[in-house]
Amino acid sequence: MQFDSISAFFDMGGYAFFVWLSYGVSALLLTLLVYTSHSNHKNVKNKIAQRLLREKKLRKAAEKQSTNIKQTEQENSVVENQSKNSNKAVS
Amino acid sequence: MWKWLHPYANPEVSYHFVGKLLPWISKITILLLAIGIVWALVFAPADYQQGDSFRIFYIHVPTAILSMSIYIAMASAAFCSLVWQFKLADASAAAMAPVGAVITAIALFTGAAWGKPMWGTWWIWDARLTSELVLLFLYLGIIALHNAFEDKNLAGKAAGILSLVGVVNIPIIKYSVEWWNTLHQGATVSKMEAPSMSIEMFLPFVFSFLGIAMLVTYVISIRFRTELLARNGMRPWVRNLITEEGVK
Repeated sequence: MQFDSISAFFDMGGYAFFVWLSYGVSALLLTLLVYTSHSNHKNVKNKIAQRLLREKKLRKAAEKQSTNIKQTEQENSVVENQSKNSNKAVS
Repeated sequence: MWKWLHPYANPEVSYHFVGKLLPWISKITILLLAIGIVWALVFAPADYQQGDSFRIFYIHVPTAILSMSIYIAMASAAFCSLVWQFKLADASAAAMAPVGAVITAIALFTGAAWGKPMWGTWWIWDARLTSELVLLFLYLGIIALHNAFEDKNLAGKAAGILSLVGVVNIPIIKYSVEWWNTLHQGATVSKMEAPSMSIEMFLPFVFSFLGIAMLVTYVISIRFRTELLARNGMRPWVRNLITEEGVK
């Protein structure tokens, strides 16, 4: 232990301002670096997840549309057949 | 002999390998940093000339050494990426640049805060200080180039060429205190002979240096994994990984 008391420790032999400024700014910058690196990692993951969700939605919508088209096509053909049949009946 | 390294050229393998190392790196970082900082601030003896202002040494010198080491590591990665087109080397170079910039900024700032009580000035335009400032600008330029292009391969090429050109600055920083007259003192620990300081002063330096080095490793590992995800966003392994983890 190099210091006799807590106040002597904080005084740093008269160099308190410079020593604590150095350690404080370094701690702040390093904490910010760690924090932004972590949040950056999460942001990238979230972006990819959002893109995947959008792709899923688009795929579902496309499937729905194609089944709708098929259904209407089938319905149309049924109607056509019916009208053909009825025409035959009339003739 | 080096064949065991080959699987790690696969981004998926590397991503999970670094992910497994991370908890250990963070534990060792916290342990070493705690020992180093407490030892440096409380138990290390005051310098007979500089008094307790000498305690800035325990941040200033590790960050100054690391600012150059990170640069050399980044330039080597950029070289491998330019010559052999290793995709992972490019990702690691992009991960190292911001970390190097912050470490250089800390070395410069703590140097100024140490220079004021010892030399009577925050800043002078002498060789050591100016070349270290140029190093900070090189880092900032490389970061800017990495972000300047939508195409990451093109960005990596441009940034890689700048980092290779900037290597010339490293020996200038290292030998500036020998080549020119400067206020800055010569090397105390980073030289071939034994360090010119007492063992009670040198041991806390070892811990604070290793602690900051491990912290740098930790942050670079995280950023490296982020780069891998961002660059491989369309690959099936990233898709599976993200869908397994779910949206947060």
